[in-house]
Amino acid sequence: MNARRLSCEEVIEELFAYLDREVNEALSAEIDRHLEKCRDCFTRAQFERKLRAKVAETANVSAPERLQRRIKAVLERY
Amino acid sequence: MIAWPMAHHMRFTIHSPGAVRRLHDGGSGVVMPDPHSDKQEINRRQQTRRLFEQEVSRLMDRLYGTALRLTRNSDDAEDIVAETVSRAWTRLDQLRDPQRMEGWLFRILNNTFVSEWRRQQSRRRIEANAEDVDPAESPEAANFSLFQKLHQPFLLWWGTPEDQFLNELLQEDLQKALDTLPDAFRVAIVLVEVQGYTYDEVARLLDVPLGTVRSRLSRGRAMLQKALWEQAIEAGLVAPPPDRTPTEGKSP
Ligand SMILES: [Zn+2]
Repeated sequence: MNARRLSCEEVIEELFAYLDREVNEALSAEIDRHLEKCRDCFTRAQFERKLRAKVAETANVSAPERLQRRIKAVLERY
Repeated sequence: MIAWPMAHHMRFTIHSPGAVRRLHDGGSGVVMPDPHSDKQEINRRQQTRRLFEQEVSRLMDRLYGTALRLTRNSDDAEDIVAETVSRAWTRLDQLRDPQRMEGWLFRILNNTFVSEWRRQQSRRRIEANAEDVDPAESPEAANFSLFQKLHQPFLLWWGTPEDQFLNELLQEDLQKALDTLPDAFRVAIVLVEVQGYTYDEVARLLDVPLGTVRSRLSRGRAMLQKALWEQAIEAGLVAPPPDRTPTEGKSP
């Protein structure tokens, strides 16, 4: 295989799509290989990954009592 | 008695699944249901119902949290969750595989949110102008990268700046930053980063082209990171860029 080497700019350009698993398998593998060798891009990828995980955690909220009661009332009506 | 207070803009009726049963009179030619399989059917429904109640209570916090991130408003979020549960309940018979109830509930939640959002948009007569480029938005803002900001040479940190930044970052900071984003951008981020939707699923849910999903995500992330950066400066977590720092000597 003579896959062209990706530059750091190209990796950064595709980084979010890569983290979203929205790049094709070949490109994903290329980026994997780049990240194994390039400390700068790896550090950047780790940062974006962690930030993304923190964004996901923002939905961890306790439902208010009022809503719990409201839902219970809905379910108990049948 | 109003057992379930509804916001004025969200009215709908609730039907119990199976409330409408196929009833046959005992006339000739009508095959009577096999009492054995009928009993199995009832058991199956009872199991699905029980599972539904369990799943709703297990997922309540996440359903609410997701709705809150989408709407930014606790009253609206509660309405969305209540309507989701009610809609799901009325359509329980349509759920083929009860093991897939979680994804199904979140799909109903998202659809409920999107239809309510569209209604509000059309009421405010806001056309889909989300893609209009804000004239104040510089290319720098569109490509804003928190990581690059954290790696500016004037910032002297012990250890690695990005790890320190992430360690100091509270959930509240992120919620606040997310809430500053215009709807279209925030919604795209919540669908992809919070709910793990694919770009294609977002495009179909919002009925927009795939390219629009990509651009909303990309600009939304830049906006989010910029908001986080500005909050961090405000909180004194990082020093403001040199050009904004008052230089030596005090102004008279
Ligand atoms: Zn690189």
